[in-house]
Amino acid sequence: MSVPILKFDAVVVGAGGAGLRSAIQLSEAGLKTAVLSKVFPTRSHTVAAQGGVAASLGNSEEDHWRWHMYDTVKGSDWLGDQDSIEYMCKKAVEVVVDLEHYGMPFDRIDNGKIYQRPFGGHMSNFGEKPVRRACAAADRTGHAMLHAMYQRNVKANTQFFVEWMALDLILDAEGVVVGVSAMEMETGQIVIFHARAVIFATGGSGRIFAFSTNAFINTGDGLGMAARAGVPLEDMEFWQFHPTGVAGAGVLITEGVRGEGGILRNAKNERFMERYAPNAKDLASRDVVSRAMTTEIKEGRGCGPNKDYVLLDITQLEPEKIMKRLPGIREISIQFAGVDPIKAPIPVVPTAHYQMGGIPTSYDGRVVALGADGGNVVVPGFYAAGECACASVHGANRLGTNSLLDLLVFGKSAGDSALEDLKGGKAHRELPKDAADRARERIDAIDRRRGGVSVHEARQAIARAMQDHAGVFRFADLLHKGVAQILEVEKMVRNLEIKDKSLVWNTARVEALETENLIEVAKATMISAEARKESRGAHVRDDAPDTPEFPNGRNDKEWLKHSLWYREGNRVAYKPVRLKPLTVETVALKTRSY
Amino acid sequence: MERAEIERLRWRCTRRGMLEVDMVLGRFLEDAFGRLSESEQRAFIELADYDDMALWRLISARDECEDARLASIVAMLRGCR
Repeated sequence: MSVPILKFDAVVVGAGGAGLRSAIQLSEAGLKTAVLSKVFPTRSHTVAAQGGVAASLGNSEEDHWRWHMYDTVKGSDWLGDQDSIEYMCKKAVEVVVDLEHYGMPFDRIDNGKIYQRPFGGHMSNFGEKPVRRACAAADRTGHAMLHAMYQRNVKANTQFFVEWMALDLILDAEGVVVGVSAMEMETGQIVIFHARAVIFATGGSGRIFAFSTNAFINTGDGLGMAARAGVPLEDMEFWQFHPTGVAGAGVLITEGVRGEGGILRNAKNERFMERYAPNAKDLASRDVVSRAMTTEIKEGRGCGPNKDYVLLDITQLEPEKIMKRLPGIREISIQFAGVDPIKAPIPVVPTAHYQMGGIPTSYDGRVVALGADGGNVVVPGFYAAGECACASVHGANRLGTNSLLDLLVFGKSAGDSALEDLKGGKAHRELPKDAADRARERIDAIDRRRGGVSVHEARQAIARAMQDHAGVFRFADLLHKGVAQILEVEKMVRNLEIKDKSLVWNTARVEALETENLIEVAKATMISAEARKESRGAHVRDDAPDTPEFPNGRNDKEWLKHSLWYREGNRVAYKPVRLKPLTVETVALKTRSY
Repeated sequence: MERAEIERLRWRCTRRGMLEVDMVLGRFLEDAFGRLSESEQRAFIELADYDDMALWRLISARDECEDARLASIVAMLRGCR
């Protein structure tokens, strides 16, 4: 059966912040650019980012990109590549000014400059005191960014393919990326996008966990496609968890609730944080609170029929204070926990929030594989940016407001690198004869199968395996069992069956294809986490505790390196962390403490 | 509504930018949509076309619905658990 072919200079997969930013570079330079998205661009998950975008503009007080760089390296627990981090922090001012030109409605101070507010981990003078570095548009920064960049793309004639799902990367015999196969949901038609450059900006994949703040759209489609094409996934053991997501729902309860006097309690009604952090108690840092909660649950002091959550209690606060100081919290609690927090405590659990790892790239947005000499080798024609990519600037732990910065800087650099590589009007390389075969075979197999596993069942199994074995606090025995379990779950995913076989608007088929992407991310996470025998940043193991020899459990002698998980054989390789910045001196290794 | 229309609506309700909106619209579609009159269904479809932020502010009662045609659906969404 012949498959229609659409020819573009560049194809961008994903229309969130990173995808839109790279498409602006390409379209404004006159390249014929397609952007594929499962949803309308302004409904991408970037919309949920409220905090702001970090840039050392110094509008309210002195600031410097080198201070921002220091904070980011320290935040990453020294796993971030310092060349990428220097590049990002230096470029921050430029990409924020670009946004202003696109019409982004930033909040302003009296002199007309962009208003900046402080944010956790962002300090002045190499960690001395908090600095105002986050540029925001009220509590809708991500929303405003998407709108400004979408309009800019429309003006530049970017062609949007909305409600299309990318299926698989197409490489030729020499390993050059020459396009992507995709499916139009409205018709079920498979189409080949033949391109000279393919940019992945598909976002995160938090839906691998049972408890996640991520929207349902975040199924790791780019990571699944990359893994199937033989590209490794980097540092996938590092996931940031937020301590207070509503149990069973994932929806975030802001840290402000504890700031206003909210108390965490276990099934015995104990204020357990007194034991873990006698001074800061419930206001200890995110990772400390999350680990304490997990320990309480693991030791049988969780609440509810399954003893699998703890309680966030604000019943002691005046109802007026709750309504005034914590707007929306009562409504979230009533809507998603079925609990009025004025009368009863809110069930909460540590909840997966952000994926630090992803498709390996250098700071110019080019995807890189591991060369025979242990160095980076570019995968020609392939670029990635945003949460799906790993540049790596967040290393083992991301600072707030650095995610919007990441997608702007590397969205732009990926676009610029593609432009540079396409200079001189190189012709499209020939498509391989079997270009659409992989995608076609996957869909045919799902359609043909009888007596298989339902998508719902397989997704539940992935989410349960990840939550139980690779959550916020990790244990050697559980990780070990988790690897065996996720490989069993993979067999379920290889056996998916859908009842609805229709072509038009078959959401069951799309969900089955998403599940095939989720399982790749889940395996990468579990296997990389089991293999890394230290604690670092967001990856904290019970068997790698804080000792004088290894403060915080971090072991730089053996583990100052990036993990690279390969789908074939579930192999994990390693590559060195790039400690040398582009122009300044290395931020020397030291213990991360605040 | 035809199957394809329902499926498209399901996709547009449960693949949003915000988890909160995914969950509320998804539940409403499962539990309440089928019982609505034709005009109420049209009103819901119109609301589902709103931006996530605008819709979430309406659902979480931080904004009031100023469009009388949609207000009853907003009230139902607020009560949807």
